[in-house]
Amino acid sequence: MGTALDIKIKRANKVYLCGEVLSGVVVITSKDAVQHQGVSLTMEGSVNLQLSAKSVGVFEAFYNSVKPIQVINSTIEMVKPGKLPSGKTEIPFEFPLHMKGNKVLYETYHGVFVNIQYTLRCDMRRSLLAKDLTKTCEFIVHSPPQKGKLMPSPVDFTITPETLQNVKERASLPKFFIKGHLNSTNCIITQPLTGELVVENAEAAVKSIELQLVRVETCGCAEGYARDATEIQNIQIAEGDVCRSLSIPIYMVFPRLFTCPTLETTNFKVELLLTDCHM
Amino acid sequence: MAAFPWHPRSRNYTSEFESCRLEAVLVEFGDYHPLKPITITESKTKKMVRKGSTSSTSSSSSSSMIDPLSSVLDGTDPLSLFAATADSVTTAANTDSTRKKRDKDDSLVVGSDFEPWSSKRGEILARYTTTEKLSINLYMSSEKGKATTPGSAVSEKVRTRLEELDDLEEGSQKELLNLTQQDYMHRIEDLNQSLKDAWASDQKVKALKIVIQCSKLLSDTTVIQFYPSKFVLITDILDTFGKLVYERILSMCLDNRGSLPDNFTPESVNDTAKETCLNWFFKIASIRELIPRFYVEAAILKCNKFLSKMGISECLPRLTTMIRGIGDPLVAVYARAYLCRVGMEVAPHLKESLNKNFFDFLLTFKQMHGDTVQNQLVVQCVEIPLYLTLYSPAIDWILQCIAYRAPEILLTEMMERCKKLGNNALLLNSVMSAFRAEFIAARSMDFIGMIKECDESGFPKHLLFRSLGLNLAMADPPECDRLQILNEAWKVITKLKNPQDYINCADVWVEYTCRHFTKREVNTVLADVIKHMTPDRAFEDAYPQLQSIIQKIITYFHDFSVLFSAEKFLPFLDMFQKESVRVEVCKCIMEAFIKHQQDATKDPVILNALLHVCKTMHDSVNALTLEDEKRMLASLINGFIKMVSFGRDFEQQLSFYVEARSMFCNLEPVLVQLVHSVNQLAMETRKVMKGNHSRKTAAFVRACVAFCFITIPSLTSIFARLNLYLNSGQVALANQCLSQADAFFKAAVSLVPEVPKMINIDGKMRPSEPFLLEFFCNFFSTLLIVPDHPEQGVLFLVRGLLNVIQDYTWEDNSDDKVRIYTNVLHLLSAMTQETYIYHIDKVDSNDTLYGGDSKFLTEINKLCEAVIAQILDHLKTLGQEETLKRQSQLALYFFNSILAHGDLRNNRLNQLSVNLWNLAQKHGFADTKTMVKTLEYIKRQSKQPKMSHFTELALRLPLQSRT
Repeated sequence: MGTALDIKIKRANKVYLCGEVLSGVVVITSKDAVQHQGVSLTMEGSVNLQLSAKSVGVFEAFYNSVKPIQVINSTIEMVKPGKLPSGKTEIPFEFPLHMKGNKVLYETYHGVFVNIQYTLRCDMRRSLLAKDLTKTCEFIVHSPPQKGKLMPSPVDFTITPETLQNVKERASLPKFFIKGHLNSTNCIITQPLTGELVVENAEAAVKSIELQLVRVETCGCAEGYARDATEIQNIQIAEGDVCRSLSIPIYMVFPRLFTCPTLETTNFKVELLLTDCHM
Repeated sequence: MAAFPWHPRSRNYTSEFESCRLEAVLVEFGDYHPLKPITITESKTKKMVRKGSTSSTSSSSSSSMIDPLSSVLDGTDPLSLFAATADSVTTAANTDSTRKKRDKDDSLVVGSDFEPWSSKRGEILARYTTTEKLSINLYMSSEKGKATTPGSAVSEKVRTRLEELDDLEEGSQKELLNLTQQDYMHRIEDLNQSLKDAWASDQKVKALKIVIQCSKLLSDTTVIQFYPSKFVLITDILDTFGKLVYERILSMCLDNRGSLPDNFTPESVNDTAKETCLNWFFKIASIRELIPRFYVEAAILKCNKFLSKMGISECLPRLTTMIRGIGDPLVAVYARAYLCRVGMEVAPHLKESLNKNFFDFLLTFKQMHGDTVQNQLVVQCVEIPLYLTLYSPAIDWILQCIAYRAPEILLTEMMERCKKLGNNALLLNSVMSAFRAEFIAARSMDFIGMIKECDESGFPKHLLFRSLGLNLAMADPPECDRLQILNEAWKVITKLKNPQDYINCADVWVEYTCRHFTKREVNTVLADVIKHMTPDRAFEDAYPQLQSIIQKIITYFHDFSVLFSAEKFLPFLDMFQKESVRVEVCKCIMEAFIKHQQDATKDPVILNALLHVCKTMHDSVNALTLEDEKRMLASLINGFIKMVSFGRDFEQQLSFYVEARSMFCNLEPVLVQLVHSVNQLAMETRKVMKGNHSRKTAAFVRACVAFCFITIPSLTSIFARLNLYLNSGQVALANQCLSQADAFFKAAVSLVPEVPKMINIDGKMRPSEPFLLEFFCNFFSTLLIVPDHPEQGVLFLVRGLLNVIQDYTWEDNSDDKVRIYTNVLHLLSAMTQETYIYHIDKVDSNDTLYGGDSKFLTEINKLCEAVIAQILDHLKTLGQEETLKRQSQLALYFFNSILAHGDLRNNRLNQLSVNLWNLAQKHGFADTKTMVKTLEYIKRQSKQPKMSHFTELALRLPLQSRT
C-alpha cells in the first residue's frame, strides 16, 4: 500500500451546469516520497449508443454497436515528472465546461440504449517498476434551467374499459370508470409529477393502481432508426379496494440519473411517457 | 499475686452532678450559632470583585457565616453565574414583546401533559393478541450486496444498489408460515436487531431493505386481530430507523464548529449532509409499493429539517393525501395514526394535517362496512364488534393528537362531525377517550343520550359506558346532573349479561360514585355488584377488578366507621375467596387505615371489622410464608393494635390485648408489640393513680404483669425475650410488684446460658456477644435498685448473674467477659454508696434496707475481690505476643475504672493502678494521645477538694515517649 490517488470535486452533489467551471482537488497520499513521470487529468464526455436486440437482431446488436460520440475531451498536465513529498499532497484544478464547436453538452443520462456520461480521470505515470496509478470519477452535467417560465399544461383523462388498448376480450372486463388529471404534461425535471385520480366506480374490487414511467429511446444507425420503450420506474399509488369518489394523489419524483429532459438530436433521442396500469 | 481488696470511693452524686453540669448561658440574638440559618450578607458581591483577596481573608472578614462551598471559589461560582444569566434571560422573556415568541417555542415542543406513545404501546400489545398462526414474508439476505467493489464509479454503485432493491421486491423471498405470536414477535425483534447491526456495519442498503420488508408486513391483514400489535412492533423498527438516519446526517453536519444547535436552520447544514439526505429521499421515492414508501418516508420525516424550513410542512399534507390510496380501512387508519405520531413528534405546531387526517378518515368511514371488508371478516371468522375495537387505538391516538391543547370550538366541531355519521359508537368511544375529561364531563348527559341512540349491533355499548365513566372519574360533571347521570348509566350497566363486561364497567363507575356520593349510594352499587358476581362464582374471574373497586373505595372513604357501617362492604370482601387475593385486599385496607386514621379508636364496628381483616391476614401465614411477608403483615397488625384505645377503660383495653394475643399468636412481632402495649398500660395506670395504687388498680397491674409473664416465653427470639423480661421487670418494679419483678429478673438470668453464639440479624449470621454485653450493662443498672429478697441471700440476683457469666462459654479471642466483670465492679461500687444514684418511687432499695450495714459491705467487697482476681487472671493470659495489644487496651480500661470508682488513697489499689498504667504502656501498644489526656485528667482532678492524692499519683505515672 504505497500511494493513493483520489479526486475530490468541490461540489458535494457533483452537478455542474454547462458553462460553469468544474473545480476540485487531486489528493495524493503516500508514506514516502513518490517518484513519477507526471500526473495528468483528463475530462471526458461521451454518448454511447447500443442497439436494441429487439429492433435489429442479436448479432447486429452485438457487433454493430455504434461508435461512442465524444462530446468533450480535454487533458491537462498537473505535475511535471519529478518527485512528490511524502504525506498528503493536494493539487487543485479547474476545467471550464464549454461546448466545443457544434458539440452540445447533453445532460448526464443512464439509459438502456443511450448513455451519456462525463468522467474525470487522473493518471499518474510511473517508472517501469511501479504500476501507473489511475482514478476515475464521474461528474454530472445538467442543462441550465430553461429560460422563460414553462406554461403548465394540465390534462384531464378518463379510463374506462373502452379506452384500454391491447385488450383481447373487451366484454369480459368488469365495468369501471376512472377519471383524473395531471397538473401538467410538461414537467420540470427537478419537480415531481403531480395530479389526481378518482375511482368513480368499479364493479370489481381494486387491487392496485400503479404509475409507470416509460422512456422511449431512439437510436439512429445504418438501417434507419431503432425506437425502444422501456420502463424506468413503477410506483404504486393505490393498494387495495380504495374508497370510491375520493381523489387519490398522483405523485412521482423523477429518478434523476435515469431521466432527462426530452431530447432530440440527429443521432438519438429520449422521450418520456407515462402510463397508468390497473389490475 | 495476692488478692487485691477493693476500696470503693465514696461518692456524693448530688455535688458531682452540680459540678459537671454545664452552665446554662442564654444565646443572645445575633450571636454566631452553627444551627442558625445562613444569612447572606450584602457584602458578598463586593467580595467577589476583590480578586486579590484569598478566600480565607474574605470569610474571616465577615462577621456572619459564609457558606464554605461558595467561599472556596475565588469569584462567583460558575453555576450561580449561569443561573444569574438565565434569570436575566427569563425576566427579559417575561416582557410582552418576547412573550409571544416563547409561546411559539412552546408550541414547537410537546409538553409533558401529552400522553406519549410509549405509554400506549404496552397496553396495545397486551390487549390485541391472537392464538392463530401467523406468517411472515422475508427476503433472505442475498450475498450480492457485498460484492460491490469500493472503487466503482457512482453510477455503477447506484445501479447495483437499485438492483438490490429490485431483487428484494422480486425474488429471494421466503415465507415463514405457522408462527405463533411469540415466534412472530421474536422474529420482529430479530429484524430490529439486524437493522441495527446492518447499520453499524455500514450496510445502509441492507438496513433500508429490512425496513422496507418490515413496513410491507403492515399491508397484510391476515389474522386481523393481531394487527394493532403488529403495528406497534413494526413502527418500533421504523422509529429506530428514523433515528439512525437522522443521527447519521446530524453527525455529518459536525465540523470544526462543533455540533449543530437543536433549532438549526437548513442554511447551517453543509452540502455533503444535504446531499446524503436528498439521496435518502430519492431512494425512498422510488420504492414501488405504496405502503412501504409511505411508512419509510414518514419514518425519516424529521430529516426534512436538513433540507428546507418548509420541508415538513409541505411533506405532511402530501403524505396525508397519500394515505387515501390505501384501500383497507384498518391499514389506512393505522397509517394515519403513525403519521400523526411522527407529526406530533417532529412538528406539533402543524395541527392542520392532523385535522385533515381525521376528516379524511371520516370520508372513508363507510369503507368499514363495505363488501371487501365484510368478505374478509367472514373468511377470518371475526365478528364485527371485535373488528371495530381494532380501530380504537388508532382513532384514539389521532383524536388525542388533535385534542391536545385544542380550543373548545374545535372539539365541538369534531363532535358534530361524528354525530353526522349517525352517532357511530366507535367514534364516540374514541372521542370520549381522547378528549379532555372536563370537556366530556360537562356534556355527559348529551353523551349518555348519544350512547343510548347507538345501534346495538357493532361496537359494544359497555365499552362506551366504560369510557364515559373513566372521564367522569377524572372530571366533575355539573352539580345538578350528577345523580341523574349515575342513575342513567347504572340502569344500562346493571342490565349487562356478561359478568366480565359488567365488572369492567362497574369498576370504572364505582370511582364516580365514590367521588360524588355518600355511603348510601356506594352501598347500593356494592350490593348490585355482589348480586351480579355471585351467580356461578363469576367473581373468580374478576378478582383484579374487584380489588380495584376496593382500592377506589378506600381512597375516597377515609372514615372507617362510615365505611364499615355500609352493610355491603363486608359481604363484598367475602367475595375474595382465593386466599392470596384476599390477603392482598386486607393489606390494602390496613395500609389505608394506618395512613388515614388520625386518632385512636374504640368504635366496635371498626374493631370488629378490622380484627376480622387482621385475622384473615394472620391466618394466611404458614410455614412457607416469606420472612418479608411476615414482617409486613406484622407491622400492619401492629399499626392497628396501636390505634386501638378504650380511653380510661383499662380493663377493656387489657381484654382486647388478650383477645389479640389469642388471635395473632403466630406472628412474633405482634406478640412483642402486645407485651409492650400491656407494659405501657400498666405504666399508664400508675400515672393515673399518681403512683399510689388502690387495691383494685394494684390487682389490675398484677394482671398486666401476669399477661407479660406468660406471653414472653412463647417467643422464639432469645434477645426479644431477654429484653422483654428486663423491660417488664422494670415495669413491675415501678408498680411495686416486687416478687413479680424478681421472677422476671430470675427468668432473664436463667435464660442467659441459652444465648447462642451466633444470631441471625436481617438474614446474616452475627456473633451475639456485643448484644449480650449491651444487655448486661442495661441489666446491671436495673439491678442496682432491686431490693434483696428477704428470704434469699444478700445480692442474690447479682450472684446468680455472676455465676451465669462465669459458666457461659465466651468466645476464645474476646475480652467481653472481662469487660462485663469491670462493669460488675462499677455496679458493686455504686451499691456500696450510702445513697444510690437513683431510686424508684415507693421502692426501698438496698441502701435503705441495709443502711450501710458492715456485713453487707463485706459481702460486696468479697465479691469485688473475686471479680478483680478474675480480671487480673485474664490480663495475665494475654501475655502472648499476638494478644499484647488487647492486653494494653484492657489494662487501660481497668485502670480507668479504678480511677473512677476506686479509692486510690488505699496503697494497694494505688499500686495496682500504677502497675496497670505501666502494663498498658509496656509493649508500645498504648495510644500516646489517650495516655496524655488521661494524665491531664488526673492532674485536673487533683485540684478538686479531697482529691489531692491524685497529684501524687500523677507523679508516679510515667509517660512513655514513642521512640
